[in-house]
Amino acid sequence: MIKFSDEKLKKVDEIVARYPQGKQKSALLMILHLAQEEFGGWLSPEALDYVASLLKLEPIEVYEVATFYSMYNLKPVGRYVFEVCQTGPCMLRGSDDIIAYIKQKLNIGVGETTTDGLFTLKTVECLGACGYAPMMQVGKFFREHLTREKVDAIIEECRRNAAANN
Amino acid sequence: MAKKLLLEKAHVEGIRTYDVYRREGGYAAVEKALKTLSPDQVTEEVKKSGLRGRGGAGFPTGMKWSFLAKPEGVPRYLVCNADESEPGTFKDRYLMEFLPHLLIEGLIVSSYALGSNSTYIYIRGEYAWIPDILEQAIAEAKAAGWLGKNIMGTGFDLEIYVHRGAGAYICGEETALIESLEGKRGNPRIKPPFPAVKGVWDCPTVVNNVETLAAVVPIINMGGEEYAKIGVGRSTGTKLLSACGNINKPGVYEIDMTISVEEFIYYDEYCGGIPNGKRLKACIPGGSSVPILPANLLLKTAKGETRMMNYESLSDGGFAKGSMMGSGGFIVLDEDQCVVRHTLTLARFYRHESCGQCSPCREGTGWMEKILKNIEMGKGKRSDIDLLWDIQRKIEGNTICPLGDAAAWPVAAAIRHFRDEFEWHVDNPQECLVRNYGLAHYADPLEIVTPA
Repeated sequence: MIKFSDEKLKKVDEIVARYPQGKQKSALLMILHLAQEEFGGWLSPEALDYVASLLKLEPIEVYEVATFYSMYNLKPVGRYVFEVCQTGPCMLRGSDDIIAYIKQKLNIGVGETTTDGLFTLKTVECLGACGYAPMMQVGKFFREHLTREKVDAIIEECRRNAAANN
Repeated sequence: MAKKLLLEKAHVEGIRTYDVYRREGGYAAVEKALKTLSPDQVTEEVKKSGLRGRGGAGFPTGMKWSFLAKPEGVPRYLVCNADESEPGTFKDRYLMEFLPHLLIEGLIVSSYALGSNSTYIYIRGEYAWIPDILEQAIAEAKAAGWLGKNIMGTGFDLEIYVHRGAGAYICGEETALIESLEGKRGNPRIKPPFPAVKGVWDCPTVVNNVETLAAVVPIINMGGEEYAKIGVGRSTGTKLLSACGNINKPGVYEIDMTISVEEFIYYDEYCGGIPNGKRLKACIPGGSSVPILPANLLLKTAKGETRMMNYESLSDGGFAKGSMMGSGGFIVLDEDQCVVRHTLTLARFYRHESCGQCSPCREGTGWMEKILKNIEMGKGKRSDIDLLWDIQRKIEGNTICPLGDAAAWPVAAAIRHFRDEFEWHVDNPQECLVRNYGLAHYADPLEIVTPA
């Protein structure tokens, strides 16, 4: 049985309180973000049902939202997800090359995870960093002005962090 | 040097914090509005300023505010649209990241004018670190007495909340944003009823862009009439432009709408020209949805006049010979770029972002992507170009929300102005895989159209 920690449950109450009485469904997107962070970077059917029960919603109300928005992962992902933007402005500055380089370097295709479970590569559409292209999102933050060398450094950094936190 | 109203203080050390922002004259607009103006007078100032919505549509803000229904006993809401997702656009992010208090100040004044006691900032989910910055600013403003109950003893109550999206361009459309704020899929609503009458939780709602709401601060400080003196014609005040693509200095610039497009691209205080001495091929001046223009039509209008960076001049010539100011997302393509490939990435974007509610958009965006991919890969036919044209015509105007139009326009404009590049791809399937069509004749002087 999955369950939020007491601290996260407090956060849930705080978020729900931002909306008028009886409109707790409005908190759904934010609570799904919390659940994804808390339960391993993706939303299992069990996690979705749990969120539904927390917000007193029918499970289908949660499923239809979870499947609509691109930030929710409905399958397990690696510990670090590289979300590389490939839309026009990034393409003009070489995002195709960055994607090809990551594929080769990590030996995975788009949508795949490395066998050690550390990295997943995703391509995404415009993240609003067009002036700092090419770029990718890794976790909470944007990594911008990417070059092959920067990609190498980011991969190293992730490996170090993973080793330190194990 | 153009006048700066929004970014003037952006480089002041510590401006993100309340103390520095206040020391630099921040929250004067709140003091002025709440102490000396009635809510209707604030709206009146915004009307006089001529401010037009900075999200892309350019609708007069004061007029939008005056449409807000005010039935007794029903709460009204202001929602700040920070779902910035139009490719080429990253100005709101800059404002929120570096000048969060400017937005909060604009929100307080605007909420007062509209009578909103709970105001929401709907921010795109990918800007995952910005809610922390905004919430910090909100907490500081609240501690200083600018938010909460009975602000400055006026009896006006206000709380501001941040609401994160989760990855959907469509939620920038105001009714989709409202659906998403209610915790649903971002499917746009059929209008009417308009949000001004029936918006979030069926209550009267105004949705405004980040930059629009920030602009309310200088408008109140200087007065609407003074603000309207900046700029030209109906393009009043200043506009933030986010410049990207093949330029030396990508970034966010504030202009007063009296400079030319050529100055904006080549002057050192703006984009600083094109790297490596390359020549300008094409540009999308207002975010990915607006028509792309070849260099010659970008710098001069079809009448042979210098094209200026303002609402009227950019749209001079209509869609046949002009474009739009849109969101101010300025995307520059140099002579090495392939218009077919660029258009393909935009078509893929709109296919990915279509909510799927209306068949013309759901199906059409996917067809356009497939056909463009074929042409790009040297597997296209001449008839594909006409087919693309036909599909985009059938999407435009046939959907609930403007995403259909936004998906159709880039394809239409690319074919309209770069048809020979598409034909070259079709006719040279091997060659197009190894090299681009290049600058071709796209920068050549145009024959000037004189009205009959």
